[in-house]
Amino acid sequence: MAGDEKMVQDWPLPDTVEDEDAPFWQHANAGELAIQACARCSRLRHPARPMCPFCQSREREWRVMSGHGRIWSLTIPHPPLLPAFMPYAPYNVIVVELDEDPTIRLVGNLVTGPDGRIDELDPHEIMIGEPVHTVFTRMADDCSLVRWVRDGS
Amino acid sequence: MSDILSIKDRTAIVGIGETKFAKHLEPSEKELACIAIKSALDDAGIHPSEVNALSSYTMESTEEVEIARNLGMGNITFFSQIHYGGGAGCGCVLHVAMAVATGQADVGVAWRSRKRGSGARPWATVGARLHDNWKYTRPYGLVRPVDEISLLTRRYMHEYGATREHLCNVAMAVRKHANNNPNAIMYERTLSRDEYMSARWISEPLCLFDNCLETDGALACVIVRADRAKDTLQKPVYLHAASQGFGPQHQTMTNYHCEDPLLGPSWATSARLWSLSDIKPADIKVAQLYDAFSPLIPLSLEGYGFCERGEGAAFTENGAIEIGGRLPVNTSGGGMSEAYVHGFNLINEGVRQMRGTSTNQVTGADSCLVTSGEGVPTGALILRT
Repeated sequence: MAGDEKMVQDWPLPDTVEDEDAPFWQHANAGELAIQACARCSRLRHPARPMCPFCQSREREWRVMSGHGRIWSLTIPHPPLLPAFMPYAPYNVIVVELDEDPTIRLVGNLVTGPDGRIDELDPHEIMIGEPVHTVFTRMADDCSLVRWVRDGS
Repeated sequence: MSDILSIKDRTAIVGIGETKFAKHLEPSEKELACIAIKSALDDAGIHPSEVNALSSYTMESTEEVEIARNLGMGNITFFSQIHYGGGAGCGCVLHVAMAVATGQADVGVAWRSRKRGSGARPWATVGARLHDNWKYTRPYGLVRPVDEISLLTRRYMHEYGATREHLCNVAMAVRKHANNNPNAIMYERTLSRDEYMSARWISEPLCLFDNCLETDGALACVIVRADRAKDTLQKPVYLHAASQGFGPQHQTMTNYHCEDPLLGPSWATSARLWSLSDIKPADIKVAQLYDAFSPLIPLSLEGYGFCERGEGAAFTENGAIEIGGRLPVNTSGGGMSEAYVHGFNLINEGVRQMRGTSTNQVTGADSCLVTSGEGVPTGALILRT
């Protein structure tokens, strides 16, 4: 697990069981990026929801993605912050657009590996457009976060 | 649309009221709401017992029944609440105006009371496990509204060449206006370009002065039919057109999942607004644009059609949004320098501009655009003399 136990306790984490998007988190915990898709018209959608906004079908499935994308934007938070994030500030938060469909965008962090810290890279050297791919940081038994590393690293 | 019932010019704002603004006020949000509403009714010369329509924000802590019980109102025949925080204000005015114009009520009050200065920061409250869309952002340290808007801002700068100089233009313009408004929290605090450029970061590329204030205060306005407005104490300010709006696939604040996240809710609102209005963007001489964060001003200038897409940042150059410029914006100081009460102070300042009583009066202004929060489902009003 990343960070010490107290920080992980305070870290805001998603429910991974109860909601429509539980398969997203189950896949993530197995080291896969999966996105919900319409089983009728095939369009991807994120975050998950029960009805396809393009064809109104309720038939739906989960598709494992390549895990590759490009940085669409970033910000560098500074204090005041939640206690869990204070030791890391300033750190990076990025938005990644997926290769499979650039309108599917995920918020995450750029790190050097699954257990890398969110403040370990110089945030001012992160560029919009950089190619990245997924890594999965185990935060709890049931929960891994989807983070990103630069291609070639 | 000639065969449909239009509310164009059929209602007017005839009273405005507000409390003092401060980092901390002693009275409760309920008491502040009562003070602001009574003040607005006194301004109009209307007794509380005549009010029969009420509208406020879902985030408002005081329910309609409590307002009515405190102020001694009679039968209330219309009440509504609008969601999405700072996106609600103009919608409250629109709902009450529709109720009054269609005979569901006669005297309507819209209000907002908030102790954001004294109270906790909403983002600092985190439950055991996250549900809803927050589960895709907060675990990554994207927690505060400023972080969420900063992601859109960085992308906007990347696509259109906007710079911190442009955001500074916004911060300095609204501060200059506040420096001439004795009710503004920043009345006595000037802001220089050097101070802006050396300010501490909050969420890069946004610094301290790109953020709104944290304020205690309350505001209200009173709306009646246009024929009744002629008998009230103040010069009536007519509601010419109004709309609410958000676009396809919109997600509140973290609007990163639609086709084009830089086409925010102002675009959806603006299309309907101008289609209902005889007044066009080129006719507007003053605007009150929601400014929880400075980049919302250039985004709104584009969304509401004052310039082309991508030109909002450049629009702020050469004093264009200051008094004397092409379109003075937030003439009371707005959320960044007068008070942040979820944007309701923009409505009252729009009314003062139409009355001719602003401390930063724009000469010849006979119409004013007022908007609610960009980045969330929102609303907008066109007021006229």
